[in-house]
Amino acid sequence: MKRAGFTNPWLPILLLVPQLSIIAVFFYWPAAWAIQSSFYLQDPFGFGSTYVGAENYTDIAESTEYRKVAWFTVYFTAIVTFLSLSIALLLAVKADNVLRGAKTYRTLLMWVYAIAPPVAGFLGIMFFDQSHGPLTRFFGFFGWDFKLGVDYFDTATAMIIVAVWKQIPVNFIFFLSGLQSIPRAVREAALIDNGSGFRRFWDVTFPLLAPTAFFLLIINITYAMFDTFGIIDTMMKGEPGANPMTLVYKVYIDGFRGNDLGGSSAQSVILMVLVLVLTIFQFRLIERRIHYT
Amino acid sequence: MQVFDAGAATVIGAEGAIIPVEDLLAANDIPFDINDYIAGVRYFYADADGKMIGMPFNSSTPVLYYNEDALAKAGVTAPKTWEEFAETTAPALKEAGYIPLSQSHLPWIFTENFHSRHDLPFATNDNGYDGGDTQILVNNDAIKSHFTALKDWKDQGLFEWYGTGWGDNVKPFEEGKVAMWLGSSGSFGGLLQTADFPFSATMLPYWEGVNPDPKQTFIGGAALFAMSGKSDEENKATAEFFRYLTTPEVQYGWHKDTGYVPITEAAYGVAKEDGHYDKFPAAEVGIQQLSLPAGDHTKGYRMGFYVQIRDVMNREYGRILTGETDVDTAFANIEAESNKLLERFAKTQN
Repeated sequence: MKRAGFTNPWLPILLLVPQLSIIAVFFYWPAAWAIQSSFYLQDPFGFGSTYVGAENYTDIAESTEYRKVAWFTVYFTAIVTFLSLSIALLLAVKADNVLRGAKTYRTLLMWVYAIAPPVAGFLGIMFFDQSHGPLTRFFGFFGWDFKLGVDYFDTATAMIIVAVWKQIPVNFIFFLSGLQSIPRAVREAALIDNGSGFRRFWDVTFPLLAPTAFFLLIINITYAMFDTFGIIDTMMKGEPGANPMTLVYKVYIDGFRGNDLGGSSAQSVILMVLVLVLTIFQFRLIERRIHYT
Repeated sequence: MQVFDAGAATVIGAEGAIIPVEDLLAANDIPFDINDYIAGVRYFYADADGKMIGMPFNSSTPVLYYNEDALAKAGVTAPKTWEEFAETTAPALKEAGYIPLSQSHLPWIFTENFHSRHDLPFATNDNGYDGGDTQILVNNDAIKSHFTALKDWKDQGLFEWYGTGWGDNVKPFEEGKVAMWLGSSGSFGGLLQTADFPFSATMLPYWEGVNPDPKQTFIGGAALFAMSGKSDEENKATAEFFRYLTTPEVQYGWHKDTGYVPITEAAYGVAKEDGHYDKFPAAEVGIQQLSLPAGDHTKGYRMGFYVQIRDVMNREYGRILTGETDVDTAFANIEAESNKLLERFAKTQN
């Protein structure tokens, strides 16, 4: 195969400059700044800062509260990822079989995708309102005295429901296109071999969906860890109190609400390292074992 | 720049960021006498020497609002002390089918002003005014018994907590489910719009067993700070603006529309003359409470990273009230985490 190439070696670099400069300005520069400020304690107006070495990091390591928030983030991420992937997969498989009115059905399912996270959070507040929320009443019907913003478990449940609901459409779109790209011949061959739809799905369809599923797994983990910020912020109504929160929300609370820039920088460096590990894991360990065909 | 009460230490501590109000006015030949300001407002935004740094603007203080219909139905009057609330008022209101009490800000009402009202020290170094390595004194028996009582009341249906948010706790009062609500004197104007029952207000109750001679409370709300590094002309304009804001007419206008406390004696006088308090006796409660005798620990408090300290309090109080933790553990946590934050803040001040 003939490789297409540039005759002038500077041209590709020139073409990359816009993209690279955006990455530099919005990622490398702030990241470097965060790493630097994580070793300092700043006064809130930026008039002076004191070098404190690794103290910001040791403070975090000693904080039982930080550990609690970290564990909540783990549970939250695992549950949100699992539920939004499995529900979306189920819906996609069903939608793939629909012949009549398929477009309307799909559009309705994708609709939620257009909702901004804070708006989703706001809808959550209305649905789970302590006295008038329809879902609060629904739970009350089963004897569950649901209290958003008061009970830790109830608040976490509400956050998870809204976060999952918001993420299903994205997963649905990817799963559906993944399903539709599975060659017809393969499916028909499977149909002859095995009459059970359930077995056909797990033995043939699901492995062929694996690349999509893996890609979505990574996307969903980052979604649950970072992009749910807007939902969590809205549902707390500006008062963290005793409510559950994720690590990225704690960075915001300590840095912007509490003006502790050093401590919050150290927390964001920890998150950066976590993302780095996740990325390495994605490229090195799993991508090799999954075949994209 | 407007900064709210809990942020005061951070701003005042940031040397060079702001021009003290007193200096700004003096430099622009605008007469200033701290005694023109009502007693409770004078020193909250001042430094250790009593020089006013921030211009108090939307000042408020916690007061107890009550639904007059509910109290009449239960045949009780608004409680003066917590003992009266626990023994008489609350059981009668519960009997009459009400949730007796809710409140909207545990750190502000039941912590900061709890200490002021009972004249208890809230922090070392004169509540933090003298600066340096301040330690919080929140882990004391008086406040621990208050929170123990609060949890008992909640379990007995004499008190309800609807979360950390301000609005969630006032809503059941506006809906007539809760008979009494502890909120801000600045909530008065809003309640006039939202409550469709006759209501009034009284001073923040106190524990007779802790201090039979209750003192004034702190002001809440926010103050205005003049940023440094501006040209003389801009400073002059800022000074003129402060003069405008403190004129009795402007202050009275704000007071009447919102319920925020008038910050000068002159504005208070105008409000009295106008008959405002004959129409709305409840509007005067805040300023009366701020004008009560001062104690040794009532001028205010000054702690850095205090916004986070409040968040720690809210978190632990929420856990007490939902039964996730006990009072002793919660206050030990608040003390330890607050002192850790204060220690960190002290390091930023070098």
